Amino acid sequence: MTRAIRHTAAFSFLLLVALLVNAVRVQVLEADGYNANPANRRASIVRYAQPRGTVEVGGRPVTGSRDSGGRLRYERTYTEGPLYAPVTGFSSQLYGTSLIEHAEDGILAGTDYRLELFPWWDRLTGTHRPGGRVETTINPAMQRAAYRGLDGRKGAVAAIEPRSGRVLALVSSPSYDPNELSGNGASVSDAWRRLNRAAQQPMLNRALRQTYPPGSVFKVVTATAALESGRVRDLDAPLDIRDPYTLPGTRTSLGNPAPGCEDAGLKEAFRLSCNTVFARLGVDVGLREMAATAERFGFNDRGLRIPSPVAPSTFDTRMDPAQLALSSIGQYDTAATPLQMAMVASAVANDGQLTPPYLVDKVTDAGGVLVAAGARGPTQQVMNPATAEQLQEMMTEVVAHGSGRPAAIDGFTVGGKTGTAQHGVRNEGTPYAWFISWVRKKDNHEPVVAVAVVVEDAEAEREDISGGGSAGPIARAVMAAGLR
Amino acid sequence: MTAPAAKRAAGARAAGAPPSWPPLPKRRGIELALLMGAVFLSVCGYVVVGFARAHPVPSGAAGYGAGLGGLALLAHLAVRLRAPYADPLLLPTAVLLNGLGLVLIFRLDLETPADPAAPAQLVWSTVGIGLFIAVVVLLRDHQTLQRYANASAAVGLLLMVVPIFFPAVNGARIWIRAAGFSIQPGEFAKVLITVFFAAYLAANRNALAYTGQSVGRLRLPAGRVLGPVVTIWLISVGVLVLERDLGTSLLFFGIFVVLLYAATGRTGWLAVGVLLAAAGSAAVSAVEPHVNGRVRDWLHPFAGIAAGRGPGQLAQSLFAFAAGGVFGTGLGQGHSYLIGFAQKSDFILATWGEELGLAGLTALLVLYALLVGRGYQAALGLRDPFGSLLAVGLAALPALQVFVIAGGVTGLIPLTGMALPFLAQGGSSVVTNWIIVALLVRISDRARAPRPAPDPAAPGAPGGAR
Repeated sequence: MTRAIRHTAAFSFLLLVALLVNAVRVQVLEADGYNANPANRRASIVRYAQPRGTVEVGGRPVTGSRDSGGRLRYERTYTEGPLYAPVTGFSSQLYGTSLIEHAEDGILAGTDYRLELFPWWDRLTGTHRPGGRVETTINPAMQRAAYRGLDGRKGAVAAIEPRSGRVLALVSSPSYDPNELSGNGASVSDAWRRLNRAAQQPMLNRALRQTYPPGSVFKVVTATAALESGRVRDLDAPLDIRDPYTLPGTRTSLGNPAPGCEDAGLKEAFRLSCNTVFARLGVDVGLREMAATAERFGFNDRGLRIPSPVAPSTFDTRMDPAQLALSSIGQYDTAATPLQMAMVASAVANDGQLTPPYLVDKVTDAGGVLVAAGARGPTQQVMNPATAEQLQEMMTEVVAHGSGRPAAIDGFTVGGKTGTAQHGVRNEGTPYAWFISWVRKKDNHEPVVAVAVVVEDAEAEREDISGGGSAGPIARAVMAAGLR
Repeated sequence: MTAPAAKRAAGARAAGAPPSWPPLPKRRGIELALLMGAVFLSVCGYVVVGFARAHPVPSGAAGYGAGLGGLALLAHLAVRLRAPYADPLLLPTAVLLNGLGLVLIFRLDLETPADPAAPAQLVWSTVGIGLFIAVVVLLRDHQTLQRYANASAAVGLLLMVVPIFFPAVNGARIWIRAAGFSIQPGEFAKVLITVFFAAYLAANRNALAYTGQSVGRLRLPAGRVLGPVVTIWLISVGVLVLERDLGTSLLFFGIFVVLLYAATGRTGWLAVGVLLAAAGSAAVSAVEPHVNGRVRDWLHPFAGIAAGRGPGQLAQSLFAFAAGGVFGTGLGQGHSYLIGFAQKSDFILATWGEELGLAGLTALLVLYALLVGRGYQAALGLRDPFGSLLAVGLAALPALQVFVIAGGVTGLIPLTGMALPFLAQGGSSVVTNWIIVALLVRISDRARAPRPAPDPAAPGAPGGAR
C-alpha cells in the first residue's frame, strides 16, 4: 500500500505543478496579449485613475480634471473649450484624444518613460507617475483676438513668430466645446454624433487640417520664383503682359478685376493683384522652378508636425502650361492650409529664412522639472535675403496703398497680401477671403508676427476681389494683440 | 573511547528508546512559532490592503489580529494537550490560508461596500476552528470513525439529497436556506463519504486487489466487489448532476478512484476510473446545456467579446491573472472586481493572482502542497489501513479541489464552481476544511507518536512499519 500511496501523493503534486505551469502561461507567456485585449478595461481604469496633466497657455492651465466618482475616475475639463479646442484637441474616455492631447498623451497621462524617476523600480512596483505639464507657444491675447475676429464665421487663423517658429495663435471657427466629449456617458456619444454630423464641421481643425485654394495670396510664392529665377530684376520695370491673357494652348482668356495691369511693373502688379501678370510669370518661370519654390516654402510636405500632423499643402508637379498659369495665381489644384500661408508670410518677413512652426514650447513633469523642450526644426533658406527684401517692399506697399489697408497699424511696418479664392464647380461657390501679413517695428528689422487668415463665408465681399475687407481686420487685430 | 564518553553513551542508551526506534520530537514549539508567523503575515496583509486604499491602518486590524491570534492559540493548546505528536506544519498552514483568505475577502468587500462578506466569513472561521478544537479534543482515536462508516454514508447521502428540495440558487440546488443562514451540506458530505470510502476499501481491499480476471497485464476487478463501487458512483454522480453541482461530482469520483488505487495498488482500477470519468464527462457535457456551455467557454474564452457581449467571467479572470504578471499589482491595487459575480468565492484566486502575481500564486500552491504532503506523510506513517486510507482521502480532497477550481479559473480545464480551500468565501467550506485539518492532525498524531516498544520475544513483530 505504501507504494500506491506514494503514487497518489506524486499524482497530487503533479496536479499542483500543472496549475503552476499553466499560471506561468497565463501570467507571463501570454500576459501581453491579455493585457492588450481591447475588452480588458484595466488600461483605461489605470489611465483615468489620476488627474490628467495640464495643457498651459501663457503659463496658465487651460485644462483641468474632474473627479467623476465613476470607475473611470477623472474626466478632462477645459476652461475655455471652444477658444483653445484647435490647440488642445479633446481627451475623451470614449473617443480617444486629438491634437496636443494626442501628441503629448504619454506625458499628460503620466505613462511616458521620460517621467520615470527610477524606471526599473517604477516598473517593478507598478508606480504611476502623475501627469506632466505641456506648455504651449500660444499667446492668449492673440488667440482671443483671432477667435473674436472670426466671430463664429467659418474660417481659420494661424499666427507664427517668424524668427523662432513659435505658433502664436491657432484658431478654427466655428469651434466646439471639448468638455462635451470628456466623459463616457450617453451625453458624450450624443455630442460626438451631433458634432460629427453638424454641417458646419466644428471639429474640423481648419487651421491645420483644411486646405483651401490660396488664390491671390499665392502670388507671393510666384513673385518669389520670378525674382529668384531672374525673370524679373527691376520691381518697377513694366512687364508688358497683355490684358487679357490667353492661357497657353487654350482659348480661355484670363482678365483682371482692375485696370492698369498691362503696363505695370512687378510691384504695381502685386499691389493690384494682376492675375494676367502672375499667370504669365509662372509660365515663364516654368513648372520645375515654380514647384521647387513652392516646396521650399513647405508645399507638398507630408511630414510637417507641430507636433500634430499638418495636412500637406499642394502644388502640382505635373501640369500643362495652362494649368501652371492658373496654379501660379493660386487656383487649379493649388491648395494650402492657413498654417502654410502663415509660413509663407513668415519666410518673407524673416529675410527668406523659414523656421518650422511648433506648438509645444516645453514639457515638464508635474513638479515643473523640464522633461523636454519643444521640437525645433532647422531653419531653411527659402530665398535670397535680397529677394526677401524686395518682397517685403511689395507687401508693405499693399498695406500702405493697396487692398491691405485695413491691416495697417500706426507706428509699425506691416506687409500683407490679400486674396479671394474661387472654388466649387465653375467657381460658383462663395469665394474664400484670404489675408496674409507680417508686422515689425519701424526701427527694428526683426518681424514680430506673421499671420494668415481665411474666411470662408465672405459673401458680403463677393465683389471685393481683395479679401482685405473681410480677413484684413482680423489679421490686424491678431498682430496688434501680438505687439502689446 | 574515554571513560566519560563511554559512560555518556551508555546512559543515553539506557534512558532512550532502542536506537532503531528513536521517538519523533513533538515540535510543539515550532508549531507555536509558525502560528505566530501565520497570524503576523495575515495582519500584515490586512494593513497593506488599508494602506493601498489610502486609508490609514484599518481600524479593525488590531481586533482582527487579536481574534485570529487568540483562535490560533486555542487551537494550538488543544493540539498540545490532546495531540502532542501531531505534525507541526498542519495547523499553521491552515491558519495562514484562512487568515489570508479573510484578507482577500476584506479587500474585495472594499469594492462592494453594500455587500460585505468578511464579517460572516470571520464568524464561520471561528466556528471552524471551534470544530477543529472539538474534534481534536473529543476524537481520541481516528479508528472510532471506522465503526460509524455506514452511518457516515447514510448521513452523507442524506446531506447531498436534502438541497434538492430547496430552491435553486444561481442554477445549482446545493443550498439549504433557513432563518437567514445558508449552508452547503454537500461540503460536509465530502468528509463523511471519504470516511465511508476509507472504511469500505480498508475492509475489502484484499478482495478488490486479488480477485477478478486478467486481460493481458490488466487484472479486471471482480463483479462482486465492483457492484457497490459502481452503485456509490452512480448515486453521488446522479444526485450531483440533478443538483447541477458538477465540480463536487467530479471531486467525489476522483476521491473514490484515488482511494481505490491507494487501497489496491492496481492500475486496472485507474483504467476503469478514467474510463468511467471520461464517459460520464462526455455524456454530461453533451446532454446538459449548462456543462456544455462551460466547455465552450473553456475552449473559446473570448467568444463573448467577438460576439459583442463583452468579456465573460473566464475572460475577465484571465485578464486578472495576466495583469498580475510575475510580481502582482500589490494587495488592494488590482481590478479583479471586473469579474463581478462570484469574485469572492469561485474566482477568489484571480484576485490573488492579480495582486500577488505569479510569485504569490507559487507561494500559495506551495502552501497547499505542504498541507497535502503532510497528509500523505501521515498516511505513510500509519499501520492501520483505515487510517492510511482516510489520510490519503483527506489529503487528496484539498488537492483535487484546488486543481478543479484553480484549473478552472486559469483556463486549464473547464470551469466548475467550487470553493478554493480556506480562501474562498463560503461558511460550509471553511468549516469542512477545518474538520479535515483536525482529522489530519489526529491521524498524524497517531502516526508520529512513539509506539509501544516491540516485544523482542514475539516473532515477526513489525519492525519499522514504513
